[in-house]
Amino acid sequence: MASDTLNKALNVINVERRGTGVETRRTFTPDPEQAQDEDLREAVLELEREGEWIVQRVPEPYYEAGTKYGRKKKIPYEKTWHHKSCGQCGHIPGYSTSIFWLNRVLGYDYFDPRDQTSCTAWNYYASATSNQAAQAAVAMRNFAAAYETGYFPVIHCGTSFGHYKEVRHELVHDHDLRRKVRAMIERLGRPFVMPEEIVHYSEWMYAVRDELKARVVHDLSPIVATVHPACHYYKLQSGDAIYDPEIYGGQRTAAVTAVVQAMGAEVADYSTWYDCCGFGFRHILVQRDFTRSFATLRKIEVMKQEANPDVVLTHDTGCVTSLDKSQFAAQAHNRSVGVPVMSESQFAALAMGAHPFRVTQLHWHSTDYRPLLAKMGIDAERAWAEFQDDLQEIEAGRLDYLTWDRVL
Amino acid sequence: MMTVPYADVPIEEKTRLFEEVKADARYDSYLYGCYECGICVAACPSARFYDFSPRKIAQALAREDVELVYEQMNDDVWNCSQCFSCLRCPRGNSPGGLITIMREVAVKNGLRTTREALAGYTRIIYKIMTTGTQVSPDMLQEDAFPDWGPGVKTVSDNLALWRRALPPETMHTTAQSWQVEERTIRELYAIWKWTGTLDMIAQVDEGLHDIMEEVMDDALEESGIDLGP
Repeated sequence: MASDTLNKALNVINVERRGTGVETRRTFTPDPEQAQDEDLREAVLELEREGEWIVQRVPEPYYEAGTKYGRKKKIPYEKTWHHKSCGQCGHIPGYSTSIFWLNRVLGYDYFDPRDQTSCTAWNYYASATSNQAAQAAVAMRNFAAAYETGYFPVIHCGTSFGHYKEVRHELVHDHDLRRKVRAMIERLGRPFVMPEEIVHYSEWMYAVRDELKARVVHDLSPIVATVHPACHYYKLQSGDAIYDPEIYGGQRTAAVTAVVQAMGAEVADYSTWYDCCGFGFRHILVQRDFTRSFATLRKIEVMKQEANPDVVLTHDTGCVTSLDKSQFAAQAHNRSVGVPVMSESQFAALAMGAHPFRVTQLHWHSTDYRPLLAKMGIDAERAWAEFQDDLQEIEAGRLDYLTWDRVL
Repeated sequence: MMTVPYADVPIEEKTRLFEEVKADARYDSYLYGCYECGICVAACPSARFYDFSPRKIAQALAREDVELVYEQMNDDVWNCSQCFSCLRCPRGNSPGGLITIMREVAVKNGLRTTREALAGYTRIIYKIMTTGTQVSPDMLQEDAFPDWGPGVKTVSDNLALWRRALPPETMHTTAQSWQVEERTIRELYAIWKWTGTLDMIAQVDEGLHDIMEEVMDDALEESGIDLGP
């Protein structure tokens, strides 16, 4: 059913769409004294003064964003080293491509490294076939690689971001661990470096939201989105996630929501916003009955019932995967599913005129995204035909790869 | 009369494993006691679909109930989603973090239930430990993800071509998520060896361990990295 027809039908049966104001009279005033996790920045710098490590400074100019308990976090605009996500690059390649595309459109200098491994935290949280020292060494090897290029790490995956914050916490507090990891990094001939801030790409999106807004070419006013905030983004080391008093009264993270609202779409609320997506790390790979059940029953169906969104937006690898892929099998049980899922980077790119297949690579997604594209005023059929022409050129050997100059 | 689960395992062995959990450097910052308020359970996705409770994990450890902890290490810990929603705990506990430690000890000691829990997972361990990226495009096979719909087969059938239709130069890969330099992978191998991570795999799957050790030793021999004593 075309989405506008569906919307009319839902209006007839009186499905209520709620706004983003939180339904509570409580107010939240950020207070550093309330923070469960301390602000580690001074300790990180103190350890540099003691010769324990080098601190890589956030390159100027930077944006200062508010965090949960009031401290300001420095977010770099450019000279960024993109710590890619294995799940994004592997299975949702339009996610990473969109982040790079946005950097290019805004004219920001960035570096896409080959001297980078996965954070390996997906495996660690799935199987525990690793340990604290190994996980910290993997993180510090990647940070060293970033430092050597002169570019500042920006992390694409919510789990990598959360895990690296945990690693930083452990390295600051555990002298023995620090010495052990430093010895390994030095044996590799690398510098021992801690970044001044650990930055997630969705924080960069937040920092440049006005620049994104200025480049929107499609009318987003009819679009209703629901946002799934990624657990590992804001539950791990919770004091180091972006909050904004204008977004949910400062009671939930502003990542994703602030960007989507700034660009002109409506963000609708739903009651199970705090629930995880059901990814489970191990479950998504070998016990997906749990993932499918949780993603559809606790997230997608609740969103549909309470907010009836055109799209679900999130900012993490696992969340896009669980919420998108779980919907197919649920159709066999006549569940109320069928909402496209993507990252806010893909949504922003689409809104700014990115090609839905060359850039946002929506053909890798499972749930039907065409009604959303139609509502945004994007001709999916024409775009698919253009992409097929690209593929034919590659197959015929007239083009080695699809290059950036074809998509900008 | 109630029977004690795992009664055939000597109490000394259960105590040894419990002490190994407690000895982890993170343990003290993950457990501060328990109000038994159940906030962690209310937030827990696994508690909704399994007979699983993060509250019971925190309580068993706080009470040093070695019998129950051993039972949980066998029957409960692999149900956890590791989302860390339980960090809502007003006492500052991290039941999810405690479970990470319990899992790690279960792996290191090669518990039978751990080998069973990870039986279908070993191909992932091979991928992440040998290539440096966990989720490669060529893992998208219809027999591995039948519940994800026909799109998986379409991706798989067109994989090499579709990967070439990606603008980022690092992503024209099928067996890795992105191109990882040889030096980078060798450094990762050194980390797995130095930290005993490779040895842990032997407890889960000896055959997998032997294959990976050969891959890593061959690569490290040419790397110039001093593995040292």
